Amino acid sequence: MKNPLSQKVVQLEPSGIRKFFDVVNEMKDAISLGVGEPDFDTPWRIREEGIYTLERGRTFYTSNAGLMELKVEITKYLKNRVDVSYDPKKEVLVTVGGSEAIDMMFRAMIDPGDEVLIPQPSYVSYLPCAVMADGVPVVIPLKNENEFKLTAEELEAAITPKSKILVMPFPNNPTGAIMTRDDLAPIVDLVIKHDLYVLSDEIYSELSYKGDHVSIANFPGMKERTILVNGFSKGFAMTGWRLGYACGPAAIIEQMTKIHQYAIMCAPTNSQYAAVEGLRNCMGEVQKMRESYNQRRRYLMHEFRRMGLECFEPYGAFYVFPSIQEFGMTSEEFATRFLEEEKVAVVPGTAFGACGEGFIRISYAYSLEDLKEALGRLENFITRLREKKK
Amino acid sequence: MASKETRRAILNYIEKNSKADLGDLAIMLGTDELTIANEIQDMEKEQIICGYHTLIDWDKAGSDMITALIEVRVTPQRDQGFDKIAERIYNFPEVTSVYLISGGYDLLITLEGWTLKDVSQFVSEKLAPIDAIMSTATYFILKKYKDHGTIMVPQKKTERMLVTP
Repeated sequence: MKNPLSQKVVQLEPSGIRKFFDVVNEMKDAISLGVGEPDFDTPWRIREEGIYTLERGRTFYTSNAGLMELKVEITKYLKNRVDVSYDPKKEVLVTVGGSEAIDMMFRAMIDPGDEVLIPQPSYVSYLPCAVMADGVPVVIPLKNENEFKLTAEELEAAITPKSKILVMPFPNNPTGAIMTRDDLAPIVDLVIKHDLYVLSDEIYSELSYKGDHVSIANFPGMKERTILVNGFSKGFAMTGWRLGYACGPAAIIEQMTKIHQYAIMCAPTNSQYAAVEGLRNCMGEVQKMRESYNQRRRYLMHEFRRMGLECFEPYGAFYVFPSIQEFGMTSEEFATRFLEEEKVAVVPGTAFGACGEGFIRISYAYSLEDLKEALGRLENFITRLREKKK
Repeated sequence: MASKETRRAILNYIEKNSKADLGDLAIMLGTDELTIANEIQDMEKEQIICGYHTLIDWDKAGSDMITALIEVRVTPQRDQGFDKIAERIYNFPEVTSVYLISGGYDLLITLEGWTLKDVSQFVSEKLAPIDAIMSTATYFILKKYKDHGTIMVPQKKTERMLVTP
């Protein structure tokens, strides 16, 4: 029999992290700080619109690139929030979550051998999507001492004549790092100087706690070389609705839409109508959720300081990324033992790239009560580890 | 005095949870406990914070108390408008709220009593005889689905997976 599998696929994802995830998800009595999605339910207005849409019988395909109504609301929203103007007719593609947008972009832009610059630690799908599109991923390891921001020096050192796309994953999962306007400026200079394109993954843009999120597409000369990816999962607490979008130059969006048309047809109709309601009438709810995350973020940082756990203060997403280097074990060992001994799930930093070694990701998408319980167990655990070391 | 934003944040938080630990609250709002305590005290004095109540599901507690809503149409009195008549009504301890409202009638009253008879007696003996009151309409509350922003019927807990990337 012929080998049924593509070698490209078989070679993807060699890490054991999946196994760790499977173990955790089967433990019924464990509590968790490991979830990468909001603890809030989708705002009721949005859910109610979804119900109404089904009642109305809006159960058919939409046009491939998405409902015009939604694309118009998306462009208004982006103009308002990050001050970038897009043409809803040609420069917007509604996708099945932000993840699909990433996949479509790589497939539409990469020729074999093109290099994709991927700062890590970062979300798990950039690298495999680049590989699947026959790109060559070039990892840029970010550093704790820079608060996991991308610096111009790091970027410049990674650029080669084959570099084509730079991934900008900020606000960042898993570190919580953000890039301010000042941080972005030198990156923009290099991008233009070396004629790169940018995938700006702004899925956590609504969850910025130090001034409003700044999009790299807002810089002069950048809109034409940026695909801005965003969606409803995080800010609007709509993970399960699977709805995101990509905005960028018409020529690229057109090719992305072509692939999307063949692979997906269109994003879920129900979710699209619901999202229109979200953009029109739920920004107050989004604001409330942001405030709540920020309160928990402060609480978590305070507790880390009290426990003496080293962690830079992150201002984005709903993650903190403390160092566990003092305990002399790998991230995966730490996470496994913490799970076994205290029944708390956290995610090893290595799930997001090798340079996440020595760190764990802790999510604060939990109620204060849950956080308190889990942090109490974390304190027990690290106190024991420190005592043993003495 | 702390900033307006801090005040707002305190109020937003304790509106839902008046038992919030002030130490936790200070950490979450990025200030200190003394500031929070002072600010709450000031807002109590200024009657921005008017009281700390407990939301009780009396049905579950086995009480047979009934709640009535009473719409009242009133002739406003010279110089005093509706205030005087409202005062006559809100001083009865069994009256739990009195609102002046726009629309087909003027005052909306909520009233708690032990029996239907208590309520009807109140309406016929206390409310109706007041000169300025033109008419009343009484409704009994059969079930409280949501009260003071809190859903009173059991809610299903949503389930997330324990870890996701």
